[in-house]
Amino acid sequence: MRSGTELRDNQQEIQRFRVRLALAAAFVLFAFALLAARLFYVQVMQHEHYHTLAENNRISIVPIVPNRGLILDRNGVALAHNYSAYTLEITPSKAGSLEETINGLAGIIEITPRDRRRFKKLLEESKNFETLPIRSRLTEVEVAKFAVNRYRFPGVEIKARLFRHYPHMELFSHVVGHIGRISDKDMEKLEEDELLANYRGTDHIGKQGLEQSYEKQLHGTTGFEQVETDAGGRAVRTLSHTPPVSGNTLYLSIDSKLQALAVKAFGKYRGALVAIEPKSGEILAFVSQPGFDPNLFVDGIDATSWEAYNNSPDKPLNNRALRGQYPPGSTFKPFMALAALELNKRSPSYTISDPGYYTLPGSSHHYRDWKAGGHGSVDLHKSIVISCDTYYYGLAVDMGIDAIASFMKHFGFGQKSGIDIEGELQGILPSPEWKMKRFRQKWFTGDTVSVGIGQGYNLATPLQLAVATAALANNGQLMRPRMVRSIQDSKTGQIRALAPAAVDTLPIKPENLDRVKGAMVDVTRPGGTASRAGAGAEYQIAGKTGTAQVVGMKQGQKYVESQVAERHRDHALFVAFAPADNPRIALAILVENGGHGGSTAAPIARTVMDYYLLGKLPKEAAPEEIPEEPEHD
Amino acid sequence: MTSVTRRLLARLVAHIDGYLLLALSLLMVLGLVVLYSAAGEDIHFITRQMVNLAAALGVMWVVANIPPQHLARLGLPVYAAGLLLLLGVALFGDVSHGARRWLHIGVTRIQPSEIMKIAVPLMLAWYFDRHSAALRFRDFVIAAILLLVPVAFIAKQPDLGTALLVSAAGFYVLFLGGLSWRVMAGLAIAGAASLPLLWSMMHDYQRQRVLTLLDPTQDPLGSGYHIIQSTIAMGSGGIFGKGWLNGTQTHLEFLPEKHTDFILAVLGEEFGLLGGLILLTAYLLVIGRGLVIAANAPTLFGRLFAGSIVFTFFTYAFVNIGMVSGILPVVGVPLPLVSYGGTSAVTLLFGMGALMSIQTHRKLVQT
Repeated sequence: MRSGTELRDNQQEIQRFRVRLALAAAFVLFAFALLAARLFYVQVMQHEHYHTLAENNRISIVPIVPNRGLILDRNGVALAHNYSAYTLEITPSKAGSLEETINGLAGIIEITPRDRRRFKKLLEESKNFETLPIRSRLTEVEVAKFAVNRYRFPGVEIKARLFRHYPHMELFSHVVGHIGRISDKDMEKLEEDELLANYRGTDHIGKQGLEQSYEKQLHGTTGFEQVETDAGGRAVRTLSHTPPVSGNTLYLSIDSKLQALAVKAFGKYRGALVAIEPKSGEILAFVSQPGFDPNLFVDGIDATSWEAYNNSPDKPLNNRALRGQYPPGSTFKPFMALAALELNKRSPSYTISDPGYYTLPGSSHHYRDWKAGGHGSVDLHKSIVISCDTYYYGLAVDMGIDAIASFMKHFGFGQKSGIDIEGELQGILPSPEWKMKRFRQKWFTGDTVSVGIGQGYNLATPLQLAVATAALANNGQLMRPRMVRSIQDSKTGQIRALAPAAVDTLPIKPENLDRVKGAMVDVTRPGGTASRAGAGAEYQIAGKTGTAQVVGMKQGQKYVESQVAERHRDHALFVAFAPADNPRIALAILVENGGHGGSTAAPIARTVMDYYLLGKLPKEAAPEEIPEEPEHD
Repeated sequence: MTSVTRRLLARLVAHIDGYLLLALSLLMVLGLVVLYSAAGEDIHFITRQMVNLAAALGVMWVVANIPPQHLARLGLPVYAAGLLLLLGVALFGDVSHGARRWLHIGVTRIQPSEIMKIAVPLMLAWYFDRHSAALRFRDFVIAAILLLVPVAFIAKQPDLGTALLVSAAGFYVLFLGGLSWRVMAGLAIAGAASLPLLWSMMHDYQRQRVLTLLDPTQDPLGSGYHIIQSTIAMGSGGIFGKGWLNGTQTHLEFLPEKHTDFILAVLGEEFGLLGGLILLTAYLLVIGRGLVIAANAPTLFGRLFAGSIVFTFFTYAFVNIGMVSGILPVVGVPLPLVSYGGTSAVTLLFGMGALMSIQTHRKLVQT
């Protein structure tokens, strides 16, 4: 009986169990159907999508940075070139703990605290996916050591990189400029110009000088390599290769020997020199003294060097030739004289009797000539040769400021020359409109007086003075100054010369030109203010000295050079071109606190011209000669 | 062949279920093939896994030869020992990867939670069998407690994957034992209600896994990486796959844990949907044979234990495939008999041995 019940219970229980088992089995089938559906969805319906993703995973596009174009002088001397060296680089997004990685690396390769600091700085500035250098210029031994331990460091790799180098250090710092690491601002600009793709992998960009202004020519076209990578970012195999196109080579019109000679001629003086070929506008020498070592800026300058440059009273970072604005002083007079003749305000024979000062009608204010007691009777020719101030005070007033401003504009005063480097300042060509805009004041006749001798509100950069002088030498045709003479295409090897560009052509009567040029020639002859510059020259030099006041003199006060602090002494100026009858070189020189143009600036001009025109190197002359000639303007 | 050797052979295979062994062999061979690719064609790796499998098969053979009633008697002592070891882990266990799972005993270290995958269903099936004359609600409550204590320990380690498998194994016993539908519905509602509480008790990485499942793209390089990469691997495999040893995801090291938990992605990439369906079929064969064994088991213990083993095996496969294909959170459950590893193979084949024992000792019980 008991066993019968048990059996029946058992049957019932088995029945219930089998129902539940069947239910669970149904669930199993349902679950597996779900999995199969999911597999179908992922592997069939979404196959294309994931296939693409897998390919992207597998294939990464690695940019190949092109070699930056070279910058050579007119004779092919390298002013900026590249050399190859190994760097150790970290991709932060793939490296895991940076601290550990760097500490680990320091166990194999020397990593200085300075390297760490620099890396930290780069890291803060960078986006996460960039590779950043932790060490540069690895030795062969260090490369080998890392290669052995490489498996320990995901996201760390050795790269052979090209480094930019400026072999002439300071000499071309204000011409060639330098490159530097791409900043956020540079990135924005690249994005705006839609050049970002071409800069993948590039981490330097031109920051100053020609490196900046010819960035597009110099950078080249980035190449690409399709590589199969693993998840650690390591390349396993190259699938395709599009080679980069190197940047183009720039040939400058500058002659590096001439440049070096000019810099040497400056000696201890600060200042600027710009030499131009008048017919073409090609720059032959472009000096701003002192310069700086552009190599320091390539990978970010360290704080000590930066402070040294930035705090130096000599301001080596200031490009004086391009951005230094000085009163042109008496170098302005030949242009005034030409204006007087052209506008019929003076005839060549018109003569004044110079008492040593000028007064405006109805005023007692004395506008002093540099020579107390005056120059006696002065005509146009003499006014240039001995640099008579009184003559030009009266002339300026007679011409009126508007006429002066409109005439001088044709020689490039008060406007940018359009030279092929950035950052140029335009000086000031004063006019009533300018004064109203600048000071909200009316123009007074008194303002006009000193404009006549290149003082007053007048300001010009050494570059502008050189350009104006070249235009005078070129018979009134103003050329756009240019440092790059030709560009060599890296792909075809073809050299394309850049055509000279005329900015402005002022028709000037030849006889007027001849008169002014003739007077300028006499400036460098015995009796002229720059007779030292012309002494014994085998060619005729047309020149004009000038002085720019640094500290204003009170009425009746006398400027005595020896009593004035060195940095408050006048700036010496000299503009010149030669040979006078067929000018091949025009230049402007500014010597800061150099005193008189004739004694400090003019000899530099002679050195440069002798070399350029005759190939003559200067004799090792006694440095401090006592000048014998009339000393002032 | 002499009659002696023939009889010896017959004796050797007397308790081996041929169908089940065939289905299991299919899985293991498939596993070794995929593993060879996943391990970067490293033959030593395969050798080691073959040793693992051989050991597990040995365990299976031993278990298959133990009569079910003896197995049942092991329920209480094994369960008690397992519980003690879990306590030991909680107190003295080794921490690895932020979880306390391992216990040093002398020279080796063991993972007691793994034992519970067998011990819990064994214990519950034995308990129900003992009270089979009149299973009352009270028995289900006691069984639930027997289940929840070890699960709580394991979840605390934390080892979500194992906790899930152990509770599944126990739940299947309760379910097949006749747990009333009303109680289950009540439990489901209570479970849903306690989700916020569960959430608050979860570890950050566990929460992250759940969140990442909902949107893997949120953290593509962090916790979403596993799922994204495995889905890419499978999806790019297409219908027929990229071919054995040709998976780019696999061989270029994009796939994490590709020879253990994520081995399905390798299979999916290299053998495509076809490979996946073959795998599912192999699992279905094992499960199907297991269900037949469970349905025909003569005792309540046999039925419940067999049923639980089969469904736990299913759960293993389902959770892993669901996880790798991106429909379940990443919980660290291996693909049964395919993923590399000795421990899970031993546990799984222990269960298979028990199935064989239940099947092959039927007549002895009945007579």
